[in-house]
Amino acid sequence: MKAAIQRSMESSVLAELVRVVGAKEVLVDIEERALYGYDATIHRFVPDAVVRVGSLKEVCDVLQICRQAHLPVVPRGAATGLSGGVLPVRGGVMLDMGRLQRIREINREDLYAVVEAGVTVERFAEAVQETGLFFPPDPSSARASTMGGGVAENAGGPHAFKYGVFRDYVLGLTAVKMDGTVVRTGGKTVKNVSGYDLTRLLVGSEGTLAVVVDATVRLIPAPKAKRTLLTAYDRLDDAAASVSQIIARGMQPAALEFIDDASMRVVEDYLHLGLPLDAEALLLIEVDGSEAEVSRQADEITALCESLNARSVKVAVSEAEAAGLWKARKSISSAVARIKPSKVSEDATVPRSQIPAMVRKLKEIAQHYEVDLVVFGHAGDGNLHPNIMCDETNQEEMGRVWQAVAEIFAVTLELGGTLTGEHGVGTMKAPFMQWEHGEEGLAVMRAIKNAWDPDHLLNPGKLFPEDAPPWPVSLEPWESRVKHRGTSWPT
Amino acid sequence: MADLNFPFVDPPRQDQFQSCIKCGLCLDSCPTFQETGRELESPRGRVQLIAAVARGVVPLQAPKVAQTLFSCLDCRACEVACPSGVPIGSLIERGRAQVVGWQEAHPDLHGQRSVSKTTRWAVTHLLPNQRRLRRLGWVVARVQRLGLLSGPGRRLLPKPMRAMAQSLPPLTGKETLPPERTTGSSPNPKKKVGVFLGCVMDVVFGDANQATIRVLDKNGLGPVVPQGQNCCGALAIHAGERETARKMARRNIDAFLAGDLDYIATNAGGCGAALMEYGEWLADDPQYREKAEIFSKKVKDVAQILDTEGWQVPRSATTEVVTYQTSCHLSNVMKAGAAPERILQSIPGVQLKPMADSARCCGSAGIYNLTHPQMAEALLRRKMEDVPDGIDTIVTGNPGCWLQLLHGVQAYRPGVQVRHLVQVLDDAYQRETSSP
Ligand SMILES: Cc1cc2nc3c(=O)[nH]c(=O)nc-3n(C[C@H](O)[C@H](O)[C@H](O)COP(=O)(O)OP(=O)(O)OC[C@H]3O[C@@H](n4cnc5c(N)ncnc54)[C@H](O)[C@@H]3O)c2cc1C
Ligand code: SF4
Ligand code: SF4
Repeated sequence: MKAAIQRSMESSVLAELVRVVGAKEVLVDIEERALYGYDATIHRFVPDAVVRVGSLKEVCDVLQICRQAHLPVVPRGAATGLSGGVLPVRGGVMLDMGRLQRIREINREDLYAVVEAGVTVERFAEAVQETGLFFPPDPSSARASTMGGGVAENAGGPHAFKYGVFRDYVLGLTAVKMDGTVVRTGGKTVKNVSGYDLTRLLVGSEGTLAVVVDATVRLIPAPKAKRTLLTAYDRLDDAAASVSQIIARGMQPAALEFIDDASMRVVEDYLHLGLPLDAEALLLIEVDGSEAEVSRQADEITALCESLNARSVKVAVSEAEAAGLWKARKSISSAVARIKPSKVSEDATVPRSQIPAMVRKLKEIAQHYEVDLVVFGHAGDGNLHPNIMCDETNQEEMGRVWQAVAEIFAVTLELGGTLTGEHGVGTMKAPFMQWEHGEEGLAVMRAIKNAWDPDHLLNPGKLFPEDAPPWPVSLEPWESRVKHRGTSWPT
Repeated sequence: MADLNFPFVDPPRQDQFQSCIKCGLCLDSCPTFQETGRELESPRGRVQLIAAVARGVVPLQAPKVAQTLFSCLDCRACEVACPSGVPIGSLIERGRAQVVGWQEAHPDLHGQRSVSKTTRWAVTHLLPNQRRLRRLGWVVARVQRLGLLSGPGRRLLPKPMRAMAQSLPPLTGKETLPPERTTGSSPNPKKKVGVFLGCVMDVVFGDANQATIRVLDKNGLGPVVPQGQNCCGALAIHAGERETARKMARRNIDAFLAGDLDYIATNAGGCGAALMEYGEWLADDPQYREKAEIFSKKVKDVAQILDTEGWQVPRSATTEVVTYQTSCHLSNVMKAGAAPERILQSIPGVQLKPMADSARCCGSAGIYNLTHPQMAEALLRRKMEDVPDGIDTIVTGNPGCWLQLLHGVQAYRPGVQVRHLVQVLDDAYQRETSSP
């Protein structure tokens, strides 16, 4: 196995990498490399080596070495991505950020914190909570996904409805360009208009412009009270209509989540919470604020949902009950694998008024292509997660799946939406970018990419259609990729 | 049934590993990932490595396959965290058997064995044979009395065992269960409960078995000790010795299904968890498959049985500050929940201080502390940091944890006692009868 690596990756390069991070943190055995070639999509590649960096200096040195050796580098958080962003489609070095584990500062006076890329979102949010403050972005993957990954994907979560996504909280970044130079963007202030907003450019850049080493993020005071409501509907359409109406009437719940019957069943199977299994859809709603506000909002929403044929509206009576319901919501994305072993997760996002139309379209698409579709997601943001459940070893079925996916993209754009609300473009949506941005938009993006990474070595094969593996990405076994390593995917 | 890349019987099944969608939600529940941060040492990594072997991307004999399958503690925290219901424990156990199979078939190629000859002998010949085990217990008792294990004689033992040997409680070397104590005193008990003795529990902690029987009896849950039972087979399955494990399972099934029992009671989370998985072990055995399922359904920890059937709140008072370390198997596989804590708190004068992350493995994990002393020690140290201040006793529900915690308090918290839940309850009942 070692011989194979040396063929595609000069042993002198390996030696240099070892010199920078130590032998223990450079992984070259196939047993380990095979585990750094996937994320939460169904695709798999294999990097040539994995380097686990532990400091800003190490990141700089590793990038310099790789640039000189003309080796692709893919920054990696926890590999929970749903768009294939972290797949090493061209081989190269997987840059594992997991050792950057420090929360450097939580400043209660100026309401900001400085946190390293490898800290999980949940650990960070909990540390912030202990000081009485609040970091709202809460991707359902927070238990595993990292702050670096959240910045790179501009992740959102249920709380995005009221509080926004990562972009709304990142004040500044320490990032390293492919040539090893450090760029410090933004600062610790809430306002900052000096020059181009590089912070916002890097947020959501999916590891294609620079490697994020730490982030300075804004914190807010925690709400005094909150309450969780679970509403059940006999008809999916009524649930969708309730979402539109809650928004149209200017109500501001902290979270407004949609769960269809199939999602509900699998999560009940996992957690046994006693969910109303015969309902066709659920809305999971959180309201927060002062005690008085919380009661008022809960009453208003209850009345509205009931007027729109909600079968029941249940208010969680204890913190434990509310926590159980949120755990259920956050487990759905994984629990759906109980239906069929593979899934293709989409992230279609439409203007909120189009939610009922989108839900109808999704049902039609599922019927037309005869695929198993479950829908859940951040309805309040117009951000639904249609997930197609399938068996990746069934080629005939996968053919229909990919057709359905392309159709979902087309319909989303027709309704005035976007390919992705929060999961990013990555490998999976790159071929469709032109539909959304046109040649002109892509040209500007290419120019930006060239300014940061002229050799296209940082996370190659993502975002740009001409760069990405042919769609649909081949699901053939990995052996061939191990053999053809360095020549990207089999052609 | 074997396949191309897993050539031995009982391979990890595709339907088992294919349902892992690599979401990563299991990562931070895994003690070995928490310590190392490496994908290889995580549940997702282990499952995907098995998938990689099955797909021919990684050869079965690659050294790190063996390394990571055997560095798993088998604590099952990942299974609780996994929303997709991936049977991670079973996959890893099946994977181990493949590794062991390969190493057996290539004795000369592979210097380093995942399971040492001594361990293999112990799980295949010593543990299944209660008489042999008792005899060994008798010998150890003599040796202890001569002070050999605490003095310089310790040096005769392999290094990782020395500290353990020192913290071993004094063995009596006697048969722990005189035949006349094998059934309860009540003529018509509420329920009929078969008591599972376990191998190590019975020799090293016979006290706890007797306390279990007394506590059940006291609560009208007629205890019986079925003859012919033997070791649960957990250590064999962990060591990849599936055939031996199955033999033990069949013997236990025969022993316990012979009587018309309502429950099969265990007082060792590790054993109980194994007994509950007999269905999986014997899935391909047409003669035992169904019996195994019936058997497994009756298995409950003694704390769960008391919690369901009700227990008498002891009338005697004490003053003892305790914390509860749940065994990972008791909590992750048997799903005992808060039953043990409820029982503890019912004892007048017992003050329970919660332990953070109590279900996290203490590093004992069967014989893990002997095979992976470094990782076990790191986990034990963390566990001891989580033990709240100002307590008299750590209460637990598994003999492995018990040994490991004894070792832990000796090193980090001298003066703190370690006891089994049933002993604490039993003592409270005993005090009732002794005080007027
Ligand atoms: C069960 C589940 C639930 C999810 N729920 C949500 C949700 O509610 N909302 C949401 O937005 N997403 C969600 N996701 C998607 C995913 O978790 C997010 O995109 C997350 O932010 C990825 O973080 P990560 O650390 O796993 O990054 P990775 O998957 O490792 O990487 C993702 C991308 O970021 C880049 N990257 C990672 N770290 C760095 C760094 N330090 N510097 C530069 N680039 C970097 C990578 O190159 C890659 O392109 C979910 C995923 C799963 C599996
Ligand atoms: S939680 Fe389950 S599905 Fe997710 S990565 Fe872990 S084993 Fe796989
Ligand atoms: S059983 Fe325990 S040690 Fe093994 S993978 Fe699961 S969590 Fe990790």
